[in-house]
Amino acid sequence: MPVAFDEMKGTDGAVRPAYSELSNWLSEVRPDVLDYRRREAELVFRRIGITFAVYGEADAQERLIPFDVIPRILAASEWTTLTRGLEQRVKAINLYIKDIYGKRECLRAGIVPEDLVFQNPVFRPEMNGQKVPHGIYVHVAGIDIVRVDADTFYVLEDNARTPSGVSYMLENREIMMRLFPELFARHRVAPVDNYPDELLATLQSVAPSSSPGEPTVVLMTPGVYNSAYYEHSFLADKLGIELVEGRDLFVKNEIVYMRTTQGPKRVDVIYRRIDDDFIDPLAFRPDSALGVPGLMSAYQAGNVTLANAVGTGIADDKAVYSYMPDIVKFFLGEEPILKNVPTWRCREEEHLSYVLDNLEQLVVKEVHGSGGYGMLIGPSADKATIAAFRAKLKSAPKNFIAQPTLALSTCPTCVDSGLAPRHVDLRPFVLTGRDRVRIVPGGLTRVAMKAGSLVVNSSQGGGTKDTWVLAG
Amino acid sequence: MRIVISHDTIYRYERPPSSVIQTLRLTPRNHDGQYVVSWRLHISVDCPLIAQEDAFGNLTHTFSADGPIDELVVHVEGEVETEDTHGVIRNAVERFPPSLFLRETPLTQADDAIMDFARQATRGTDTALPRMHALLGALNTEIVFDTDPTHTATTASEAFVLKRGVCQDLTHVFIAAARSLGIPARYVSGYFHRIDGVVEQEAGHAWAEAYIPDLGWVGFDPTNGISATDAHLRVAVGLDYLSAAPVRGTRMGGAGEEMSIRVRVDQAMRQMQN
Repeated sequence: MPVAFDEMKGTDGAVRPAYSELSNWLSEVRPDVLDYRRREAELVFRRIGITFAVYGEADAQERLIPFDVIPRILAASEWTTLTRGLEQRVKAINLYIKDIYGKRECLRAGIVPEDLVFQNPVFRPEMNGQKVPHGIYVHVAGIDIVRVDADTFYVLEDNARTPSGVSYMLENREIMMRLFPELFARHRVAPVDNYPDELLATLQSVAPSSSPGEPTVVLMTPGVYNSAYYEHSFLADKLGIELVEGRDLFVKNEIVYMRTTQGPKRVDVIYRRIDDDFIDPLAFRPDSALGVPGLMSAYQAGNVTLANAVGTGIADDKAVYSYMPDIVKFFLGEEPILKNVPTWRCREEEHLSYVLDNLEQLVVKEVHGSGGYGMLIGPSADKATIAAFRAKLKSAPKNFIAQPTLALSTCPTCVDSGLAPRHVDLRPFVLTGRDRVRIVPGGLTRVAMKAGSLVVNSSQGGGTKDTWVLAG
Repeated sequence: MRIVISHDTIYRYERPPSSVIQTLRLTPRNHDGQYVVSWRLHISVDCPLIAQEDAFGNLTHTFSADGPIDELVVHVEGEVETEDTHGVIRNAVERFPPSLFLRETPLTQADDAIMDFARQATRGTDTALPRMHALLGALNTEIVFDTDPTHTATTASEAFVLKRGVCQDLTHVFIAAARSLGIPARYVSGYFHRIDGVVEQEAGHAWAEAYIPDLGWVGFDPTNGISATDAHLRVAVGLDYLSAAPVRGTRMGGAGEEMSIRVRVDQAMRQMQN
């Protein structure tokens, strides 16, 4: 495996300009001071109670995501390129989804195979021919970015359904400012604390044209048992909007209302953090007690905006991912600014045989999986694991894609033995409103805390860092 | 055949709910061999019925009624002129290409047993039409009609294990089997005029349609072991029972719900002769 690019020291060991102040500071700061602030940060996180549930772990119901106090720094010029690429990608994603549930031109043109769409569980036939307010489907996107050298950023994954993690971006910054004011004084860090305002402006801008006056926006959660419930309540609070569950809403004559102590109040925009399947028992899973009966009929009538729209999974499915560069070209007539990780589609015979021959070098992912579950990392897997995976792959090749094992960039990270490079990725959040696209300079940097590990998912023991974009 | 329908769905509640919301797929559309002469939908509570078209092109009506509601009756009646087209459906409203109907749903998942059965039943046939006829015949004898053991949420594989079920179950197994053979298939809900002259029925009917190259969609009724005829009145289509269901609804509050169905499927001509 090639040597990873370190974002502080590059490949030749010379400190890169964006990190020069941080590097100086790290050489000045006493280890016990750093260690003390580290523990302080953990205390704060425990006190405010940011936890998440790990699926498939018997003992740990709620766990703290490890927080690393060393910030990850991006130069202004790097961020400019990223934002251009992100804006382009999300624009294409919106046009693509609109097309899939509308004219299906990209299917006719053979850009995406028909069966990949129609037989995909995340495609929602119910959305076919349906108009959504202002033609916007993905109001909040979380695009996972990895870096392999000084100039190359890849999109690892698009998250177009209910991407989470933005509360960490905001909390991490707040804690860093509290614990390391002197470090901020030595940098010009672009602020992220306007994210709630930007999100609210985005959501208000997409209210249905029919909604009277100031639109009412609510955040809909599946409830306290959801692993991201903390974030739901955190965001509702920051946005100053009601946090609701399905039972707090009802539909009457194609209008959605919220029950309040002053009687029913019309709801215009629902920022929903609940999956399609559970949103309306009359349209989707009939056994769902979490949704709002009749919501889809109000949606179909154009009287409420769902953010994100129903059926957006057809854009972020791992099987569709590999077609994204073609999707960008087809809908925008532009070359993609952000590249995809080279991807082999195991549904294609030639690709499959290459993958089977090179399992030891590849990362193989299940197309409908998420959170790092059900994947093979060839170089670190033993023979038995590879053999078992080979059988799985052969029995249902359509369900898998494969990618080269990337040498993800590293950032200096506090570990037990001191400072050490650890692999990172980045999830910036892209907001699409009727008026414009908004991207707060920063995002969630996830870091693999184990030496050599490439899996940054919090469900697999990954941690987070504050992400600094330096003002230009 | 001129089919006359009268269909009541009656809900009675021990403790009245504070509100009820339902989406109805109870209004047929025209296509070759089916012409709706008259049709009326009536609900016993006072509230607007809002008409929409769903993603499959079915006509839907949604209402939300405020309670307390002791009893709710959804009543439809109408007359439809039908012609025998040998099961071939032409000029119906189609919103999807046939390949969509290869899609699996939780109710129509083909397990190993169903896939085996589909292969066995169609052994020796080489094209879609004879395959579907072979499947139709085999299924009609494989699963016995029985209203007891299954319910609306029974899956194809559960019904296939039981070897018993109602028209919904036979249709789900047929669809699962057809799709496992690579033949697009879908669920039809509607009414069936019984050959034996029985007019009063306990429920509406359901059957399947399979997409046959060169012919288009063709109706197969595994419960009766026949292709769809002029005795079949199509009301809604979908991927499975859930997406074509005549009524999907829920209520707020209340308890002790009892639902009963009264369906009369008669012929207009005969009434006049009587």
